[in-house]
Amino acid sequence: MSNTTSDDSLITTEVQADSNDDRAASAAETAVAARDLNVYYGDERAIDDVTMEIPEKRVTALIGPSGCGKSTFLRCINRMNDMIEICRVDGDVEFGGKNVYDTDVDPVALRRKIGMVFQKPNPFPKSIRDNVAYGLKIQGFDGDVDKRVEESLKGAALWDEVKDQLDSSGLELSGGQQQRLCIARAIAPDPEVILMDEPTSALDPVAASKIEDLIDDLAEQYTVIIVTHNMQQAARISDRTAVFLTGGELVEYDDTAKIFEDPEEQRVEDYITGKFG
Amino acid sequence: MTDSTESPDLSRRGGLTRLKEGTYGGLFAACAAITLLTTAAIFVTLLSDAVVFFRSIPIAEFLAGTNWSPNPAGGGQAFGIVPLLIGTITVTVTAAFISIPVGTLTAIYLSEYATPNARSILKPLLEILAGIPTVVYGYFALVYVTPALKATLFPEMSTFNALAASIMVGIMTIPMVSSISEDAMSAVPDELRQAGYGLGATKFEVSTGIVVPASISGIASSYILAVSRAIGETMIVVVAMGAQARMPEVQQALFGIPFVNPADVLLQSGMTITVAMVQITGGDLTGGTLPYNSMFALGLALFAVTLVMNVISDIIAQRYREEY
Repeated sequence: MSNTTSDDSLITTEVQADSNDDRAASAAETAVAARDLNVYYGDERAIDDVTMEIPEKRVTALIGPSGCGKSTFLRCINRMNDMIEICRVDGDVEFGGKNVYDTDVDPVALRRKIGMVFQKPNPFPKSIRDNVAYGLKIQGFDGDVDKRVEESLKGAALWDEVKDQLDSSGLELSGGQQQRLCIARAIAPDPEVILMDEPTSALDPVAASKIEDLIDDLAEQYTVIIVTHNMQQAARISDRTAVFLTGGELVEYDDTAKIFEDPEEQRVEDYITGKFG
Repeated sequence: MTDSTESPDLSRRGGLTRLKEGTYGGLFAACAAITLLTTAAIFVTLLSDAVVFFRSIPIAEFLAGTNWSPNPAGGGQAFGIVPLLIGTITVTVTAAFISIPVGTLTAIYLSEYATPNARSILKPLLEILAGIPTVVYGYFALVYVTPALKATLFPEMSTFNALAASIMVGIMTIPMVSSISEDAMSAVPDELRQAGYGLGATKFEVSTGIVVPASISGIASSYILAVSRAIGETMIVVVAMGAQARMPEVQQALFGIPFVNPADVLLQSGMTITVAMVQITGGDLTGGTLPYNSMFALGLALFAVTLVMNVISDIIAQRYREEY
């Protein structure tokens, strides 16, 4: 990545100037907030005293080099880290004003409010319909399942491609379609927040760009928090960007345009321009 | 590369290498052929001797006969497989009622619930269960299980009975079900579990709704293996079930379907196909006699049953396969 100092933007991709800016302009309620969050794997600290507020119905990108703790942070929000035995969480993660690490919070109930999309497309070896309906089924949804499946597939921009093959296996789809199926599956139970852990890193550029367009649409209804390795992607799709650097430190967190055009921290500038990380 | 004008040496390597490669290939093929040839030879032997038997006893009489008394000494020699089939089916079905649920739930526990520590202790213990000689299970059934059942549930039970034998056959085949099923479940990619948990599924929902369906073909083959093993089991049965080819009383139940009271079969002694074969070889056996040839007819019947089981399992595995 060349350092184009003559230009305002520190990276070659223009910060997207469409709907993102409309959204960023108006103030938003806080959907998720971390307060003095520390996470340890055994003795090793993965998240170092992070405090941040993530706005509702915005796309917030978490970027940083490998091992900087951005995925760990993401997995704290829906307590997926609970399943890692050596993982210990200290501090608060608030969702709708409630600390999700309070003893009376059931992680299962929490995850029903916070959907998740993973790095590698992971549809169940079931039909397309059953994939989307899975969350509804386990959550005891008593409405019109077929209608909700259709809405979710439309919401994930997949309906037109699969409407005639809802009973065929989700695994027969291409990688990009599988990932959109996973997004449809995540939005079917109508969560409030969608976590995305590098959702396009296993996809080809065309499929990735479809997912990016989709993320932009999703932010009209959902709070999207996305971890990405791809800085151009963060610049293109997010309203807010948080930069984590090695050791799990949240170095800078601001509007995306500010981060990519005029970061406060020299270390962030170095990272974004490719001098480091 | 020292000299750039010289083209690299791409010529075929010497004849020795080719000879060695050919020898390896032949050696491996020969090993594979041993199993194949053995199976073929067994089948041919069974078939040829069974054909001799069926020349004296018509197939219909063999398959529908309700009296098995191969010994000519007692008078009234008869070769009806029905009582033996009833014995074999009783043991197999009862054993499956134990091994399939217990084995499957054990597999789910080991694969999904157990901590790595618990698993590292339990798995080897289960494999030990599989390594106990079957005659030990047989004596265990006779000396402990039967008296315990007699003292508690079934005072009228006879000393040699099908129930105790079936229970032990079931226990013996638990490791087969649990071990193979657990391997199948462990092979399910973790991403699928993560997807389930991410949607707010509980551990139970992930185990039963995602992991088990995704590994159903492996689980089904473990069932078939266990059942085939129960069909062929001899030692436990010969020790604990006795060796009396008893035909249970057939009642005409509703709709005219013949009906056998399960208690009449389970609590009494009986004989399976395998035990009948053991008994024939145990007697003063002369080659070429009718009892001798009947052994091959029984073997063929057993072979047919297990073959059918294998075909069914293949069909099930194909039908319900959820590939990931």
